[in-house]
Amino acid sequence: MKIDKLTVGNQKFNSRLIVGTGKYKNMPECAKAIKLSGANIVTVAVRRVNISDKNKPLLMDYIDPKKITYLPNTAGCFTSEEALRTLRLAREIGGWKLVKLEVLGDKKNLFPDMIETLKSTEVLTKEGFKVMVYCNDDPLMAKRLEDVGAAAIMPLAAPIGSGLGILNKTNIHIIIKQTKLPVIVDAGLGQASDATIAMELGCDGVLVNTAIAKAKKPFSMALAFKHAVIAGRQSYLSGRIIRNLAGKPSSPTEGII
Amino acid sequence: MKKLKKIKIRLNGKNRNIIEGYKLYDLVNELDLPLKKVAIELNREIVDKKKIKKIKLNNKDNIEIVHFIGGG
Repeated sequence: MKIDKLTVGNQKFNSRLIVGTGKYKNMPECAKAIKLSGANIVTVAVRRVNISDKNKPLLMDYIDPKKITYLPNTAGCFTSEEALRTLRLAREIGGWKLVKLEVLGDKKNLFPDMIETLKSTEVLTKEGFKVMVYCNDDPLMAKRLEDVGAAAIMPLAAPIGSGLGILNKTNIHIIIKQTKLPVIVDAGLGQASDATIAMELGCDGVLVNTAIAKAKKPFSMALAFKHAVIAGRQSYLSGRIIRNLAGKPSSPTEGII
Repeated sequence: MKKLKKIKIRLNGKNRNIIEGYKLYDLVNELDLPLKKVAIELNREIVDKKKIKKIKLNNKDNIEIVHFIGGG
């Protein structure tokens, strides 16, 4: 079988599962869950250094950025200006160009502000960033993002952290069909089968944080998501049968006694 | 001996008194920060970490020092 890798920008990754590093009980738990998930990319947030508590554990001491690709995000940014500032700082920490842009417009549902997101994508792309863009499941907006140079389209399945699963499969499918870019479902997945559904639709990958970090058994769920993504991708590549309303027997009808 | 004059800066949103003539490098050293794991902004401009020995801090300077933490 040919090696089936996820390509973003010009980088290739073995795993199609991207995981977040937030909401874990502690750093060792986070590191172990990531290892079990098999993810090659993890999202990370940019925040102020804790000046008063120098002994606070650092993410980089638990997850080696040389072994796993850090994908800096702009979580918590509500304007293009804040998002640009955050990612420019992220690049300064370690030269990262692959970033996750997320400009929120709504504090309650955490839906993206697509006007600000579109503006930011254009500016960041011109500055040499490879921008993976968190967006609505809106095919028209996805097209606009592609036009201004996004590196990946990342439509939400449902509101961030909601665990509702893919609410609009049709729109996600349309977005996949119309674009040359990788499509990665980001946000709102609740269980492993949601990831399989995304992959069977033809998504190039999924991004999961809360569904793993807040599961009763995060390590077990990390493993479940790993296998769910592999299964979904394999199923997609295998070509499913046509849906049929009538039943067709699986055993031969001749020679029945 | 001449008394050292202090100036006031803002670091990560909090006021801090430092000795006049302090370089950004001195501040980073005092805070014991791993330079490779942080990014520094001085008055909203990103600082080239290689040049911090040459950057003198002035009264009312606004400094932000950030790093990566867990996030989704």
